[in-house]
Amino acid sequence: MLTLAHFLTLGALLFCLSVTGIFLNRKNVIILLMCIELMLLAVNMNFVAFSRFLGNMDGQVFVFFILTVAAAEAAIGLAILVVLFRNRQTINVAELDDLKG
Amino acid sequence: MNNSNMLLAAPEFWVLSMACVILVVDLFLREERRGIIHLLAIITLIFAAIITMRGDYASEGVRSALAFNGSFIRDQMGDMLKLFSYLVLAIVYIYSKFHLRQFRMFRADFYTLSLFALLGVMLLISANNLVTIYLGLELISLSSYALVAFDRDSRTGSEAAMKYFVLGSMASGMLLYGMSMIYGATGSLDLYAISAAVANIGSDDPMLVFGLVFLVVGLAFKLGVVPFHMWIPDVYHGAPVPTTLFISSVPKMAAFAMAIRLLQTGLGDLQGDWSQMLSVLAVLSIVLGNLAAIAQTNIKRMLAYSTISHMGFVLMGLLPGSATGYGAGMFYVIVYSLMSAAAFGMVILLSARGVEAEKLDDFKGLNQRNSWYAAVMAMVMFSMAGVPVFVGFFAKWLVIKAALDAGLVWLAIIAVVFSVVGAFYYIRVVKLMYFDEPVTESPIEVPVDFRTVISLNGAMMLGLGIFSSSLIAVCMSSFGA
Repeated sequence: MLTLAHFLTLGALLFCLSVTGIFLNRKNVIILLMCIELMLLAVNMNFVAFSRFLGNMDGQVFVFFILTVAAAEAAIGLAILVVLFRNRQTINVAELDDLKG
Repeated sequence: MNNSNMLLAAPEFWVLSMACVILVVDLFLREERRGIIHLLAIITLIFAAIITMRGDYASEGVRSALAFNGSFIRDQMGDMLKLFSYLVLAIVYIYSKFHLRQFRMFRADFYTLSLFALLGVMLLISANNLVTIYLGLELISLSSYALVAFDRDSRTGSEAAMKYFVLGSMASGMLLYGMSMIYGATGSLDLYAISAAVANIGSDDPMLVFGLVFLVVGLAFKLGVVPFHMWIPDVYHGAPVPTTLFISSVPKMAAFAMAIRLLQTGLGDLQGDWSQMLSVLAVLSIVLGNLAAIAQTNIKRMLAYSTISHMGFVLMGLLPGSATGYGAGMFYVIVYSLMSAAAFGMVILLSARGVEAEKLDDFKGLNQRNSWYAAVMAMVMFSMAGVPVFVGFFAKWLVIKAALDAGLVWLAIIAVVFSVVGAFYYIRVVKLMYFDEPVTESPIEVPVDFRTVISLNGAMMLGLGIFSSSLIAVCMSSFGA
């Protein structure tokens, strides 16, 4: 039988995976965008699990909002990525170092 | 409780519809008539202020009103912060118009994006539900990301936008994770219900404290306090000055309101836990912000580090959990927004055609070029440093007094010591203006509206300082102090 703890662990694992991805990745900005999406999905997992086990619908409604916002966020992120590539001909994270100090 | 009290959100509806109208009107305007957009945006703000002030929801003994099933709240704190958001945004528009024209970026996008961000600010200020908080926050963030990348051909602009986007989204993720834990522990998204549930569960529920940690981390990212400040200097530096001007002023008020709603309204019973976390963040920001600012040669970066230290002071107002402390924090954040607008306004003023005046050296000998503007900048710097008589002093004093009242003497001492350290780099700007030879002799020519507004904005530093008591009283009474 799957309990709430199983779902929360899965959510926590996905969340940790995405945070590690953001910090370890030095190569490609697109991977960063994927990690951010994963992070939001991990949160969604939490909300749905809580909602199911608390017997309260609010969490699932919140998930819809998060999904919508995540789509808008991805659109803006990719737009910035296109601008970035046009200006610098690279999307390598390690080369984004003009701003320092 | 009236569940369908939609009129309470009239200012939000007005700003939303005007942002859409401006978006459409721009399609039918020729290049040289873009000024209409500017005018429309200012009119939007004026009417928003009128609508906000006319809202008569408060009756005897009732200080706030709820709408949309309790997910939206109108109260005095919210109204005050909204009014100052309109004022600061109007100032931002007047400064920005000059800069955008000079740099051939005068497009309606700046106005629509910042109006949508303002809508987010208003929503966040009035949020009484985790969903509303999240939506308001994202509306601000998404508009700000686009505003940072506003100059499409700028290498630094796009880099700053990418960094801001990644770190900002991660902060939202953290905040959401915290929210999910709070939801799991309390079973509700409504802040009042959360508060009631927390009182029931007690403050040592591990899931609640776990959620609180993530919530504070997300909040700290958005406020930009150490150790979650990495994006601030890069974004301030890389973005075009009008965007920096906007990001550094209006959203800070929303971030403060978010902290109040989440920590005071929602998790007030966990005050012992969050005030410890906030005190660490506050000390680190005040210390590191002031020290790092000394090393900067770029004025935008210097002001970025100064923002970090100012946000540390705002947190210092929040952490005692007292009504006077909240009032002091609110006064501080309002004053900070006005100071920051004036400081970046001066950066815009000095930007000659096509070259941004972002070096500290650009301020050299400003007194010989134009003594009035030098005086304005000097007033802003003195105010930021917290020299008595200027309004920044009263803001710092109230915050430190709130900390002392709560028995946090060590915190107050650190704050005072590092204010003195911070005074060094503010006064260095004054020294550059008055005692150094100018690099260029070119006269400063700005339109008359810009000149008037920056003069008023500078005079506000002194005027609000001398007549600070009424504004302080309003801030205090918002929290019943």
